[in-house]
Amino acid sequence: MAESSQPLSARARLAVTAGKAAAAVSRAAGRGSGSVIGGRVALKLDPELLSRLSGHLDVVLVSATNGKTTTTRLIAEALRAGGEVVSNALGANMPAGITSALSAGAKARFGVLEVDEKYLAMVARDVNPKTIALLNLSRDQLDRAAETRMLAERWREGLQGLKATVVANADDPLIVWAASSSGNVVWVAAGQEWKDDAWSCPSCGGVLKREADDWRCGACGFGRPTPTWALSGDHVLDPHGSAWPIHLQLPGRANKANATTAAAVSAVFGIPPQIALQRMQSVTAVAGRYDVVTHQGRELRLLLAKNPAGWLETFSLIDGPPAPVILSVNARSADGTDTSWLWDVDYTRLAGHPIAVLGDRRLDLAVRLEVAGVDFRVCETLPQALQLLPPGRIEAIANYTAFQDLRRVVGN
Amino acid sequence: MSASALRVAWVYPDLLSTYGDQGNVLVLERRARQRGLSVERLDIRSDQPVPTSADIYLVGGGEDRPQRLAAERLRRDGGLQRAAANGAIIFSVCAGYQILGREFVNDLGQREPGLGLLDVVSVRGEGERCVGDVLADIDPSLGLPELTGFENHQGVTHLGPGVRPFAHVRTGRGNGTGDGTEGAWRETVFGTYMHGPVLARNPKIADLLLRLTLDVSALTPIDERWYEALRAERIAAATQTA
Ligand SMILES: [Zn+2]
Repeated sequence: MAESSQPLSARARLAVTAGKAAAAVSRAAGRGSGSVIGGRVALKLDPELLSRLSGHLDVVLVSATNGKTTTTRLIAEALRAGGEVVSNALGANMPAGITSALSAGAKARFGVLEVDEKYLAMVARDVNPKTIALLNLSRDQLDRAAETRMLAERWREGLQGLKATVVANADDPLIVWAASSSGNVVWVAAGQEWKDDAWSCPSCGGVLKREADDWRCGACGFGRPTPTWALSGDHVLDPHGSAWPIHLQLPGRANKANATTAAAVSAVFGIPPQIALQRMQSVTAVAGRYDVVTHQGRELRLLLAKNPAGWLETFSLIDGPPAPVILSVNARSADGTDTSWLWDVDYTRLAGHPIAVLGDRRLDLAVRLEVAGVDFRVCETLPQALQLLPPGRIEAIANYTAFQDLRRVVGN
Repeated sequence: MSASALRVAWVYPDLLSTYGDQGNVLVLERRARQRGLSVERLDIRSDQPVPTSADIYLVGGGEDRPQRLAAERLRRDGGLQRAAANGAIIFSVCAGYQILGREFVNDLGQREPGLGLLDVVSVRGEGERCVGDVLADIDPSLGLPELTGFENHQGVTHLGPGVRPFAHVRTGRGNGTGDGTEGAWRETVFGTYMHGPVLARNPKIADLLLRLTLDVSALTPIDERWYEALRAERIAAATQTA
């Protein structure tokens, strides 16, 4: 708690102040929220700032390829039942962004932090987390991301010897392999629709056999651990076998899975699942995702999907045909410049939807959809797509910078 | 080809499909069906034997560890080598291209024997990973328009006398040997560093594989509008970055 914590050293106080000043300058210059630049300046002045700023907090770290921003938000809402929470709610998830978020948390009890996959081991070493939630690992940003298994290996090494309770998805073999170096794991059956990054055993390279929810390596026997928490339809099953209804405003199976993990994390801090789940109901949109906006007389739901696993989960939550769909893809540096992942997404699932295609890489999408044999129209601009699509709420699915572009155009 | 259907084997999707390699299968399948052919697609996981009876074999790209596992299993299985000996058409990309060669350097930094279906030897490049759009001229004897692709690899592949370069780059790195060569081929076996995936950006290569299978010199024309638009855009992009 804040009251019982060590006061910050003069150096750390200076670093925080300098960071805030840099953030203010950055904001004034119109460069966004300034949180990252603020953190960068502060970290430079005091490299141990992260551990100093988090010393008084009960810290939760959340990492994954998909769903970490949403899950961070759900956990933050749930833990507010137990005290003040500081969180990097806008998804600035590298050390500088985390530092910047923490510098606002002198009075908080909990720190709920989303961490980029590549920095998890480092941040975990610095902030002495009480809990680490690991949701999934899959291919992402092919032009520079490390192999998914290499990431899992770094997590595995980083988690070894940590005191934290690891809350991990038993349905993702890479996650299980990464988490099982920890002596203290709570397994959650959170499901995983995307399986193409986990057909070979992370431990020995053998072929994984799958049967219903179960999976096991045919060569070495590495397999699915028995979960104590589970997502079952619209309910969370807790370790005592009680089923608690999920009433999220966020759509889709993936968010129910995120809520299940968030409930298991909350229980580590003594917050019962019914209270945790109740509090999660207040979350309507996360950094613009799932927001329903009206633009030029049309209703659009904004959906972010950054990689094949994300697109797959998104297809399963959109309204069925004839709901009109906008697809927008860019390949700028923040997206990854390699668009080959489009071919790992099963676009035949959009058959029957009127589709408009947008974005810097709309022609890649056009060829992809042509080969999938679904009808589509290529558009230059959003207004053009809005005019062209038949009536009904539009499901607008975009990857990272394309999503930011959409938000800017609709003023969200 | 067999009387009933065109048989397309996708070799080891569990290990070699990191860079949208399924796209090559889908493009080939789609363009065959548009010509009225029926297609049987065989996804061969790495614990299954590689059949010798397919018409076209596609071998994709993968990360370093899966590449070693794939090479070990393909050598042990022997099916792809037997198919090649029977004159099968084989099209390989990136890690798959290296596996088809005589030797490559594996994830442990050791020299790993390949399948010896292409007279090439691959090593790990010293410099930065090459990532970006490529524009190249395909071997004129194949009669194909220019090659547009995306490369994302660190390999350097040296060609022996038993193969010809598949293409010569105008922009990009290709084989990484500094002589401008990209990929390698002989008879009906092809290797390239291009993904994108390469058949989606170069549908005429897909048609070449179909023509070789059917032993015909031309195929019924189909709607190429979106392929052509994408090609024009990527060729312009590669030219601008050069
Ligand atoms: Zn195994």
